[in-house]
Amino acid sequence: MKYRYAVPGDDFSLAGKASAEFKRVLGQLGIDPAVVKRTSVAMYEAEINMVIHAGGGVAEADITPERILITMADKGPGIPDIDLAMTEGYSTAPEWIRELGFGAGMGLPNMKRNADDLRIDSKIGEGTTVTITIRLAAAGGAA
Amino acid sequence: MTDTSMTSFHSVTLDRDRCVGCTTCIKKCPTEAIRVRKGKAHIINERCIDCGECIRTCPHGAKKAISDPLAAKDAFRIKVAVPAPALYSQFDENISINRILGGLLDLGFDEVFEVAAAAELVTAATRDLIASEEGRTMPRPLVSSACPAVVKLIQVRFPSLIPNLVPLLPPMEVAARIVKEELHKGEEGVGVFFISPCAGKVTAARSPLGYERSAVDGVIGLKDIYLPLRAAVAKAGERPLSQAGSVGIEWARTEGEAEALGERRSIAVDGIANVIGVLESLENGKLKGVEFIEALACPAGCVGGPLIVENPYIARARLGNRALSLDPFAEGRTVSPGGYRWDRPIQPRPSRLLDADMLKAMIMLEEMEHLQGLLPGLDCGSCGAPTCQALAEDIVRGNAVETDCVFKLRETVRDLAGQLLALEEIKPPGLDKE
Repeated sequence: MKYRYAVPGDDFSLAGKASAEFKRVLGQLGIDPAVVKRTSVAMYEAEINMVIHAGGGVAEADITPERILITMADKGPGIPDIDLAMTEGYSTAPEWIRELGFGAGMGLPNMKRNADDLRIDSKIGEGTTVTITIRLAAAGGAA
Repeated sequence: MTDTSMTSFHSVTLDRDRCVGCTTCIKKCPTEAIRVRKGKAHIINERCIDCGECIRTCPHGAKKAISDPLAAKDAFRIKVAVPAPALYSQFDENISINRILGGLLDLGFDEVFEVAAAAELVTAATRDLIASEEGRTMPRPLVSSACPAVVKLIQVRFPSLIPNLVPLLPPMEVAARIVKEELHKGEEGVGVFFISPCAGKVTAARSPLGYERSAVDGVIGLKDIYLPLRAAVAKAGERPLSQAGSVGIEWARTEGEAEALGERRSIAVDGIANVIGVLESLENGKLKGVEFIEALACPAGCVGGPLIVENPYIARARLGNRALSLDPFAEGRTVSPGGYRWDRPIQPRPSRLLDADMLKAMIMLEEMEHLQGLLPGLDCGSCGAPTCQALAEDIVRGNAVETDCVFKLRETVRDLAGQLLALEEIKPPGLDKE
């Protein structure tokens, strides 16, 4: 089943709403708390990135008993060098974002750490799509 | 692994005669645990975390905490009062702690032992734990387990944070155990009564979290004892009863526990909505470099508990003033060898779970989303559920029907009226002349 959340790019106070909404869904399905945490961290980081760098976008989450698939698509500036962006500590976030405690260059590495699979498709001037896969145990919903 | 034993008793209950069926409480409940049915509020036990938010917000005083009457102590040979430090904040600073404790004795208790003194030991035990090998490997930040409403909130809403909880007994329990296992070791007929600012502690004494059996024999609500105690204190003389230092006393307000610990990289948060916000950030991995979180469900901390009589911020200021004239720690007591560890683990209580079978839960969830799209989205509460989303959930759980929504009901009536009109137009064939 699929969920679609619009992530507005003009109000930073709303950043994190999509991941919070999706977390409720995971709780209702009885997903293991540790998996819920990993999913929340990865999705939250992606959501924040989308707001900071790309003026928002669309988050889609799809769950089957086997896996959670999260697709975060934006029409932002794109990432010129994905390998460099994946480096811990590398950041292009503006100063005011850093002052809020974000933009430490840990977003993408953190996503990678928490996802079972992370794919980044990016085109300069067109946008970025981040695809996060979290595998679920075969047993499914034992919480 | 769902722990159902803890859902059996709740201190927070409804006074049916006072409830007018308004929807104030359902809106304020942080776990959406209240519904209005047949004109009265109902608490869903599995979801209630005993935070007392409904007691605080009910305009009709219809929510109350079940606690023990003062007379309950008379069943014991040796009656011991263990007052929460928040008690001291309910009296003017020129009334000494000695006189407040003396007032308790004059109400018929044989002895008093301050929970504040136990809180200091919990601080020491927490420091020991943090310095230990085990403590060093625990996930950071550690989250205080002193507030029972917060522990329950974590069980029902943030189960992934259970490993962050400090696995130590709360000060109330430590105080009761000191009375029974150290001061009156091996004696029969010792009754320990906690004087409580909150409903959560009443529940914690009967259905403990993290330990099998509580040494507390009864919990008396602070506001229930306030008037007789006030009268007793007015006549009470100065007796040398006060032992606790400023550190223990300040546990009753926000930041008290964190300051006592001396951990600078800590967050102290109060008010259940703010606590949810901080735990949400923690679960999202946002709190880097934080070592300790003190989280208290009530505004300003325990001094803002639902069973308190004074305004939380006045109470907080008074407590601070009292602390100024005290030494930091009570003398002569050290952490017991056991270190006040929990004796059983805290289990998740996934109250949001729709069905243990994930496929069934997915079908229900889909139905819920569909229903939610049909509802007006005004979250008016007239149906008795706090939000349209909650009503949709109640419907798929089989606890409500679509026409519980007044807007859906109106639509249905309008459709029916249309059908009636259409039927009225139809005449039997024999009469249906040109």
